[in-house]
Amino acid sequence: MAMTAKTGPQGSAPGSRPEARRPVPPRDEARQARRNFWGKVDVKLSPYLYISPFFILFAIVGLFPLAYTAFASMHDWNLIGGQGDFVGLGNFVDVVQQPRFMTALRNTFSIFLLSSVPQVIFAIVIAFVLDANLRARTFWRMGVLLPYVVAPVAVALIFSRAFADQSGMINSLLGSLGIDPVRWHADPLASHLAIATMVNFRWTGYNALIFLAAMQAIPGDLYEAAVLDGANRARQFFSVTVPMLRPTIIFVVITSTIGGLQIFDEPRMFDQLGQGGSDRQWMTVTMYLYELGWGSQKSFGKAAAVAWILFLVIVIIGMINFAITQRIASAGSATHATKKKVAR
Amino acid sequence: MRTIRKPWLMLTVGMASIATLAAGCSSSSTPAASGSASTSASAAAEDVTLTITTFNEFGYDDLYAKYEAANPGVKIEATKAATSNEARDKMMTGLAAGSGLTDVEAIEVDWLPELMQYPDKLVDLTNDDVKGRWLDWKAAQATTPDGKLIAYGTDIGPEGVCYRSDLFAAAGLPTDRAEVAKLLTGDWDTYFKVGKDFMSKSKVPWFDSAGGIYQGMVNQMPAAYENADGTAKPLADNTEVKDAYTALMTASVTDNLSAHLGQWSDDWTNAFQNDGFATMLCPGWMLGVIEGNAAGVTGWDIADVFPGGGGNWGGSFLTVPTQSTHPEEARKFAAWLTAPEQQIAAFKAKGTFPSQVDALKSQDLLGQTNAFFNNAPTGQILATRAAAVTVSPFKGANYFAINTTVTDAIARVDVDKTDDAAASWDKAVSDFTNLGLK
Repeated sequence: MAMTAKTGPQGSAPGSRPEARRPVPPRDEARQARRNFWGKVDVKLSPYLYISPFFILFAIVGLFPLAYTAFASMHDWNLIGGQGDFVGLGNFVDVVQQPRFMTALRNTFSIFLLSSVPQVIFAIVIAFVLDANLRARTFWRMGVLLPYVVAPVAVALIFSRAFADQSGMINSLLGSLGIDPVRWHADPLASHLAIATMVNFRWTGYNALIFLAAMQAIPGDLYEAAVLDGANRARQFFSVTVPMLRPTIIFVVITSTIGGLQIFDEPRMFDQLGQGGSDRQWMTVTMYLYELGWGSQKSFGKAAAVAWILFLVIVIIGMINFAITQRIASAGSATHATKKKVAR
Repeated sequence: MRTIRKPWLMLTVGMASIATLAAGCSSSSTPAASGSASTSASAAAEDVTLTITTFNEFGYDDLYAKYEAANPGVKIEATKAATSNEARDKMMTGLAAGSGLTDVEAIEVDWLPELMQYPDKLVDLTNDDVKGRWLDWKAAQATTPDGKLIAYGTDIGPEGVCYRSDLFAAAGLPTDRAEVAKLLTGDWDTYFKVGKDFMSKSKVPWFDSAGGIYQGMVNQMPAAYENADGTAKPLADNTEVKDAYTALMTASVTDNLSAHLGQWSDDWTNAFQNDGFATMLCPGWMLGVIEGNAAGVTGWDIADVFPGGGGNWGGSFLTVPTQSTHPEEARKFAAWLTAPEQQIAAFKAKGTFPSQVDALKSQDLLGQTNAFFNNAPTGQILATRAAAVTVSPFKGANYFAINTTVTDAIARVDVDKTDDAAASWDKAVSDFTNLGLK
């Protein structure tokens, strides 16, 4: 941007001559006052305007839907028929009493635990390996991100083929090892494992790259100091790398909690009907929400109630996760602040 | 750095940019509104743009230009959704929002019960020029209890029985399609009994899926789950459904006639390639599915018979939503598209089987044969099958919710094998109770 003429603090007009600096005639006093007023407004208000687009957008696409969902959850609300009577917490009570809801909650947690826990652990290990001095480093780093490029629905289609009960590749492989075929689409835990595999396939590499970026920000002298103290690679990993990654681990755990509890695409595409199995073996909370709102009941009210329950569950689990991850390597956290300083 | 000389200017710019941002969110609806306003203004000069949405393949692609040529001043803009689910989501959202739908919207028979609850959202298409055009049961599907015709029928799915003549020969059963038709003529028990004969001499399962068979059975019940006034029949006391369920479960599991596959699953698709089953119920549109899945397999044929009389599976309609700005022109267009001549053209283009009485007599249709099915005269067979359909099953608002509880029960026993027939039925009954229907 071109540097234009510097102007005085009063904010005088362009091309202002030195005469402008002489004492202001009374006629101009009003003008000056106006200028001062706008100048003050500029200083006080403009910064808020600059940051406001985010907040306005958030209000439109985040806060408003949240509030509107809460409003809808208190009413009988049909997808097509629209708003009905006010029912208070009736929808919440209805939904919580449904055995299907409990099944959905169980499935969601099971899939969440089976995906998020191994995902974070594997991602850290992969990042640690990628952080080492490898040949063709960029190739390997791009390689782990590759599954992330594949659309979740495509992943689900490919994996559900591999996990087919009778004709699937996985059962054929197990069979050649002498293991009985696993009933991926009948047994709840097996189906959760299959779905968690899809999630892990897609997200582990992505998280690994986040961890890798954080690892590279760890100053080398910490490792040098550790080596001088006689720490081997494993000890370095647990005593230097993991504690230094703590903020990143918190970030990854929180995002994967949010994502994991909202899981929809993979379980919905896991079989041809998309309702979560004949006994709802793998129906998640979001699928239950969809079934209520857009299925045969078309009850937006109940779907909104489920959405709010899910929101609260995520907040609670997120807080628990935060508390747990805070404790990771608490021994190292005492010196954390100083280390961070070094890192800068 | 540039210091700000005119703070109010920056303030205005800032506010303007925010205003633009906010306007951006609302502007999406503006072009549509102004667009329709301008078209209706020019409609006075008899220039009309009609929009239509179909899904999959209706076979209409060449017909639009024909209609434009025959009706000067009319312009057709067509949209094609990839799947019927996509089209359904769009339709439901558009109806809920009260805008965003095209002048003519194609729908599938499965959504009709849902749409029947909101007949006000669709234009009543009753008109003398379409009286008696369709098979009675097809027109009945789209007629509301108070006599409004809310949709024009396009195609149907009359069902026959597809079978593997090579597997029949190996088991000592007749292979000629006329003899097979004679062998299978009768009720469902006959079909299951022939299956037991077959399986005493063969290791191949008799049919593909208990769910597929149930679909055929339940569509022969005039009012499977609901009373005429739309109230749900308690599933626990529904002897008609329970009897069908019990007979089917005995055949599938006790007699092991089923291949224990869920239709449309990967296992089901793959089973076509390795002698997975010997027969299946097949509506006209299934022929193409079988041909695709069983590519390279020889021996498929189709018999002019259906257990328990006739059966129909699927079919589509055209509707005109009341939000259309040209309901009268749109109705005319829909009436023209669903006229026998056009439907024959669509049949020739994409194989959609027509539902119009006159179209079923057309030589183009009756003369059609299918090389994959041993040169069977499929046009003739399906036309006879369409005429054999006598029941137009009543499907109210809760039909699909209740039907799902039963099909889930069947899948638990037949496919998943997680429950026995009695336990699974009990689960269906409790699922029904949890639906909380009145």
